[in-house]
Amino acid sequence: MSKTPTIGVLAIQGDVREHIRALSDSGVNAVAVKTAKSFENIDGLVVPGGESTTMSILAIKNDLFKPLRAMQQQGMPMYGSCAGLIMLSNTVTDGRADQETIGGLDIIAQRNAFGRQVDSFEIDLDIPAIGDVPFHALFIRAPLVASIGPDVEVLASIPAAATNDETDRIVAVRQGNVMATSFHPEITDDLRIHQLFIDIVRAS
Amino acid sequence: MTSNVSNNAVTGTDRVKRGMADMLKGGVIMDVVNAEQAKIAEDAGAIAVMALERVPADIRAEGGVSRMSDPDMIQGIIDAVSIPVMAKARIGHFVEAQVIQSLGVDYIDESEVLTPADYTHHIDKWAFTVPFVCGATNLGEALRRINEGAAMIRSKGEAGTGDVSNAVMHMRTIRAEINRLSSMAEDELYVAAKEIQAPYDLVVEVARNGKLPVVLFTAGGIATPADAAMMMQMGADGVFVGSGIFKSGNPAQRANAIVQATMHYEDADVIANVSRGLGEAMVGINVADIPVPHRLAERGW
Repeated sequence: MSKTPTIGVLAIQGDVREHIRALSDSGVNAVAVKTAKSFENIDGLVVPGGESTTMSILAIKNDLFKPLRAMQQQGMPMYGSCAGLIMLSNTVTDGRADQETIGGLDIIAQRNAFGRQVDSFEIDLDIPAIGDVPFHALFIRAPLVASIGPDVEVLASIPAAATNDETDRIVAVRQGNVMATSFHPEITDDLRIHQLFIDIVRAS
Repeated sequence: MTSNVSNNAVTGTDRVKRGMADMLKGGVIMDVVNAEQAKIAEDAGAIAVMALERVPADIRAEGGVSRMSDPDMIQGIIDAVSIPVMAKARIGHFVEAQVIQSLGVDYIDESEVLTPADYTHHIDKWAFTVPFVCGATNLGEALRRINEGAAMIRSKGEAGTGDVSNAVMHMRTIRAEINRLSSMAEDELYVAAKEIQAPYDLVVEVARNGKLPVVLFTAGGIATPADAAMMMQMGADGVFVGSGIFKSGNPAQRANAIVQATMHYEDADVIANVSRGLGEAMVGINVADIPVPHRLAERGW
């Protein structure tokens, strides 16, 4: 792709403005999108942080899942943070019984896996795909990736040593043109995750 | 099972508190008094629920001292829904806030809707891991609350009236005062800080960025989809609806309509569609008919 890509941020609810700022600061066009018509002129889609059950309810009520899934099947790159990770996972646990997702990532996402808001935290993460400098990640009522399919690449984990758990906790993944993080790069000033996604969009 | 994060991870920071409010943006937070109402709110697409014993309209009608809700009632609502749960503490009542935090509530509203516990001081909100939202009628009040650790601000409006006029006035006032600061010369900000009785550093930050350092929701008198959409068009980041839903004729339908109108706040066709056949709105009281000492928005200092 030679022209400057235009990336849509799904504006049902959540921190849409922060993703638009991060994308604009990374040198692409960024627009809020919330209707099937507004999806027509975008080269990639970001599903922001927010409340995944609310996004699911409103996407059903506004008939958005059908066009979103169709766009993904046609290869549109998509990136989701936090609630966006849930929206891009094929399976969700600890959500609503009737919760739907766009899908695209062959993972099981565990909603609110770290607990309630008082358990929300910040931590430095090693993410080799974006370089040697650790990424300062914010987890807010965050999900984690409880299991992954064979085609899913793990981009980052919280090491077992940093938790009281026995295993590493997967918090960033990629499968083809779809990537997701449990944490929120959009509310920090570090643009490397958005730049990684923009590279996927430019290559598609 | 949840993962317990320790070692180099930090909880309760300013960024995770303010970030939590960012995730609520574009959503509707509904007052609920029991688990059944909480389910109706969640099913309608509420972004969070506010657990309290009586909605403001009933507090106003019944009078008396209004306090934090029974922990059993708050716990019942936490157990009933998976969206975030907020609860109200009295202004200055830091032990009510400690109790609410211990219940695992996601956000505390230090609220003028309850009877104040301290007529001089608000709660020191920095002392908590859980984030706080506070009401404000103007920019100085908003910045004093942020200085005390509030991670989210809402306009006060006049709760329990169904009259949106005070929410409008407070949003317009806050916005106008932000614009005024932004247009000032740097050397004028010292006096500006003195005039609005706000900390100088926060005044400078607002003047530079042209916005509050935290999310700004609207509250107090929102009763219809059009009310919610108007507040969003005026620059609110999201909407609190108190008595407006469960004091109306058809709460489930009205809750759904207000959520849709908030998402599509710039689309009059959608707002018109969801406003059809909603039945009775809450009866309401004109703010002008309430004697000034009985106005909840006057509480806070």
